[in-house]
Amino acid sequence: MTARHPRTPAPLLVIGQRFLTQLLIGQRPRRTGSLWPSFHSRWPRWKWVSFLFILPRRRRSPRPQSGMKVRPVLSDPEKQRGRSAAVAIAALVIAAGIPLWWKTTETYRAWLPAARISELEALQLELRVEVEVVFARGTLSPEQQKKVPASRMREQTYESCCKSKSLCLVEADHALHTLTETSCGSVVIYIIPEASALLPQDMRVYVGRSRTALLRSQVASVVGAGLPEVLAALDPQMEQVLQTMSFNHQDVTAALTDRLRPGLSTRDSLADSMRAFKSSPGYEITFSLLNPDPKHHQLHWDVEAALDAYIYPLLHKMAPVANFSVDSQILYYAVLGVNPRYDASASAYTLSADSLAHVINPVEARLGSNAASSNPVLNFLLYVPDSLHSPLIIRNDQKQEVASNAFHSPRWGGIMVYNVDGAYGNDTQFPVDIAIDMSRVMGVFLSQLRLMLGFQQTGAPPGFVLEAAGREGVAEWELDRLLWSRSVENVATASASITSLAQLLDQIANIVINDNIAQQVASAVTALQAAVAELEAGNLALALEHSREAISASERAFFDPSLLHLLYFPDDQKFAIYIPLFLPMCVPILLSLLKIFREVQQHRAEKRAKRD
Amino acid sequence: MANIIAVVCASYGLAQSVCDGEDLAERFFRSDHTNNWAVLVCTSRFWFNYRHVANTLSVYRSVKRLGIPDSHIVLMLADDMACNHRNPKPATVFSHKNMELNVYGDDVEVDYRGYEVTVENFLRVLTGRLPPSTPRSKRLLSDDHSNILIYLTGHGGNGFLKFQDSEEISNVELADAFEQMWQKRRYNELLFIIDTCQGASMYERFYSPNLMALASSQVGEDSLSHQPDLAIGVHLMDRYTFYLLEFLEDIHPASQANMNDLFKVCPKSQCVSTPGHRTDLFQRDPGSVLITDFFGSVRKVEITMETINLTVPGIPLERFGGEPHTETALAYVDQLPVAQIIHQKPKQKDWHPPDGFILGLWTLILLVFFRTYGIKHLKHIF
Repeated sequence: MTARHPRTPAPLLVIGQRFLTQLLIGQRPRRTGSLWPSFHSRWPRWKWVSFLFILPRRRRSPRPQSGMKVRPVLSDPEKQRGRSAAVAIAALVIAAGIPLWWKTTETYRAWLPAARISELEALQLELRVEVEVVFARGTLSPEQQKKVPASRMREQTYESCCKSKSLCLVEADHALHTLTETSCGSVVIYIIPEASALLPQDMRVYVGRSRTALLRSQVASVVGAGLPEVLAALDPQMEQVLQTMSFNHQDVTAALTDRLRPGLSTRDSLADSMRAFKSSPGYEITFSLLNPDPKHHQLHWDVEAALDAYIYPLLHKMAPVANFSVDSQILYYAVLGVNPRYDASASAYTLSADSLAHVINPVEARLGSNAASSNPVLNFLLYVPDSLHSPLIIRNDQKQEVASNAFHSPRWGGIMVYNVDGAYGNDTQFPVDIAIDMSRVMGVFLSQLRLMLGFQQTGAPPGFVLEAAGREGVAEWELDRLLWSRSVENVATASASITSLAQLLDQIANIVINDNIAQQVASAVTALQAAVAELEAGNLALALEHSREAISASERAFFDPSLLHLLYFPDDQKFAIYIPLFLPMCVPILLSLLKIFREVQQHRAEKRAKRD
Repeated sequence: MANIIAVVCASYGLAQSVCDGEDLAERFFRSDHTNNWAVLVCTSRFWFNYRHVANTLSVYRSVKRLGIPDSHIVLMLADDMACNHRNPKPATVFSHKNMELNVYGDDVEVDYRGYEVTVENFLRVLTGRLPPSTPRSKRLLSDDHSNILIYLTGHGGNGFLKFQDSEEISNVELADAFEQMWQKRRYNELLFIIDTCQGASMYERFYSPNLMALASSQVGEDSLSHQPDLAIGVHLMDRYTFYLLEFLEDIHPASQANMNDLFKVCPKSQCVSTPGHRTDLFQRDPGSVLITDFFGSVRKVEITMETINLTVPGIPLERFGGEPHTETALAYVDQLPVAQIIHQKPKQKDWHPPDGFILGLWTLILLVFFRTYGIKHLKHIF
C-alpha cells in the first residue's frame, strides 16, 4: 500500500476500497446507491472491520521523538520578528484599512446650506403695502395743510379733476388712475370732503377698477384740531379700505393653511381655500361643448373668438402668476349621468341641487386631458340638452331657479346648461343649425374661472362699493390681492419643502445627494430670502417672481427621482453582512495583539521582580 | 383690533352667501376633501396567486362603480391572469364560485403591469418622485384636499410584504413614505387596507396624521383564501376581500354607511383570522366618516350665483350666421373591396425549391429502395 496523502477526502477512500476488495476477495461489492457502504449489504459485519486495517491512517502530527518537548520553541529574534509582524499588520489594518473601508462605503452627499435652512424654519414674514393718501381740497383746513410734512405734500393740480361735478364716478376713477402711476401692490386713497356729491349719500368708500379708492372723509374739520388727530380719525377707515384691497388676516391665514393648526381659519376662508387651486407653475383649461343630440341640434360655437375676446385678457394679466394652456373640444352623444325630472308647473325639466354632485363623474371619464403635463386641469363644460329633455333648468335648495343655470365644483371646474328650445319650432327640419351666444356663456365661465383661480367673492363691508371688473375680467386691486396671497403661499410652501427635505436627508444617512439637488436647494434658499426681502420692501411684483423661482426650485429638489430611500437596512442585516467579512480577519489580529500585550506585561513584571 | 375686523369681515361674508343656503356650507364641511384617488396594488406573480389579482380587481370594480374615474386610479397588477395560458376562460377573472361575477369587465385600465410592479415604482408613485417622462396616468397627482385609498394584497409576513417573489417592502419604509406624503401635503386623509398574512404588522409603524388602516389578520395569523373553483383550478378570492366585496356591492354613491360598518366586515367566524384596524392617527371620529369618502367620489358642488355681464355692445364678435353650413356628406372609405376580391384572378405564385419535408421524404424513399434492392441499381438512375 502506498502512503496516502493526508488530505484525500473520505469518499475517495471508500471508492478506492471497493476496487481493492474486488481485487482481494474477487467479488464486486453490490451497488447500494450511496457512496458509503450500507449495512444491509451481503457482507457480514466482521468483514467491514477488516477494512480498518486496509485503510491507511492519517498521521496528524509527526511522530514525537523521545526526549523532545512537544511545543516548538522559537528563538528570541524569531519571536521579535513575529511580534513586529503582528503589530505592523494591526497598524496597517487600523491606519489604512478602516479609513479605506469608511471612504469606499460612504454615499456621496453634496453640501447643503444647513445653517440658512434652519433659519427658514423660524421665518417671519413682514408684508408692507405702499399707501398714498391724497387729500382733496376742502378736507383739510389751511392750518392742517401747512402741517403736512414736505414728503407728504401733493400737488395742487389734482384737485381740479375731483371738483368737477359733471363727471360720473367711473370716469372720475379713470381720470384719477391716469394721473398716478401705481406700482403693483400699492394703494392710492383719495380723501374727498364730506359734502362732495361725487359719491352717493350712503356710499362711504368707492373702490375703482385700478388701485384707487375714494374715501369720504367723515371728520368734520374742526378748527383747532391738529393734523395728527385728523389722521388718527381716518386710520380705522383707511385700514378697512386696505384690508379690502390688499390683504387681511383671513387671507394670510388661508394662504398658510397648510402650515397652521386647523381651527385657526374661519369656515369661509376654508371654503375659499378648498375652492381655489393651489399655487402651481401652470394650469390647463379645457372648454368642452357637450352635444347629446346631434340628430336634432347642430351646434356652432365660435369658441376661438370668444376666448380671444373674454378669457385671454384675464389670462394675460395672470401671466406673472402662472402659465396657462387653453384648449377646447366638442363631445357628441355625451349625456349627463342623472335623469332630470319633469316639472309641470314650470313646464321644464329640472335638476335639483342634490343630484348635481352625481353629474360630474360619468362625464369626467370622457373628458380626457393632456398626458404630457402634470398641471392641474380646469374643465368648463357647456351642455346643450337634447330635444326630449329641453328646457333643462337647475334649481337650488330653495327650489328656485338659478339665473345663470350653471354650477361649479371646487378645484375641478364648472358646468353650464344652455337651453336652445326657443330657437326653433316643432315643424322645422332637423337637424337645426344653432349658433350659441358666446357672450352669455363666457360671462358665466369667466366668473367661474375667477373663483377657481382664487379671486374670492369678497364680502364688502357696509358702505363700500366695489366696482365690478366687467370685460377686463379682473380689477387690478383684485389681482394684487391674489398676488399677495400667492406670494405668501409660495414662500410658505417653499420654506416648508426645503426644511422637510433637509430633515429627511439628515435622518436617512445613506441617501445620495447629487450636485444638482444641492444647487437647486441653494438657489431655492437664495430666492426665498430675496422674496422675503422684497415683501418687506413692498415690491409685490418682484416678490412674486422670486417666490415663484423659490417654489419651482424647491419642488424640483424635493421631487428629484434620485432621492428615493430604498436603502433601509435593519441592524441585524448589517451585522449579517459585515461579520463574515471582518471577523475572520480581525480575530487573529486582536488575539495576537493581546498576546503581545500580555508578554510585555509579563516581561515588565519580571523586570520589576528582578530589580527588587 | 385686527381680530375684530377679521370677525366683522367674516360675518359679512356669511351674510352675503345666505342665499346659497347654510346647508350647502354644511355639506362642504362634513369632510375636507374635494377629490378622491385610489392606489390598488397586487404584488404576487404566478397562476396560483390568481386570488390576489381577483382581490385587487374586485376593489377596482367597486371603486369605479362608486364614481372614481380611471384618471384617478393607479392600478398595479403584477401578473396577468385574464390572458394567462392556464386560464380556461380567457379574458375573465372571476371572484365568485361558479363564475358568477367577472371582475375583469370591459374597461380595465392597468397602469403598472407585470414586472413594472416593484417596490421602487410603488414608493415612487406614493412620494411623487417619478422621472419627468412618466405619463399622467402613472402618477398620483393628489393635492392637500385629496382622500386616498391604498389597497395592498399579496403574500406578507411580520413586518414585510413580498413583491414579485423577489423583493419586499418593510413597514418602516411604508411609514416613511406616508410621512413624506404628509410633509408635502399629498393627501388629506388616507385609508390603508391590506389583505395579506400578518397584515396588522404593516400598519404598526405609521406615525403620520390622518391615517386609518385596516388589515385582514393580526400578527401571527394567516389570512386564508375563500373557495377554490374546480373548473379554473385555483382559489378565486381571499376571505377578507370576498366579504369586503359583498359589503361594497350594497353601497351606492348616495349611501350613508360609515367606517364602523367597514370595521365589522368579516368577523372571525367568517374570516378565521381576526381583522384589525387602527384609527388613533385619524382626526375625525370613524363613525362620521362615510364609506364614499374613500371608495367613491362624491363631488362638492356649488351653484354659480354671480355672472359677469359681457353682453355690453363692445367688440363685435363674429357670430356664426344662420345660413346652413353646406358640407359634403362624409362617408366611410370602402374598407373591404368585395368587388375586387370576387373577380380576382389567381395570383402567379413564384416557384420555390422543395422544402425540408419533401426532401426528407424523398431521401427516405430512395434509401429504402436502395437498401432493399441493392446499390447496383444506382447507375441506372443517375
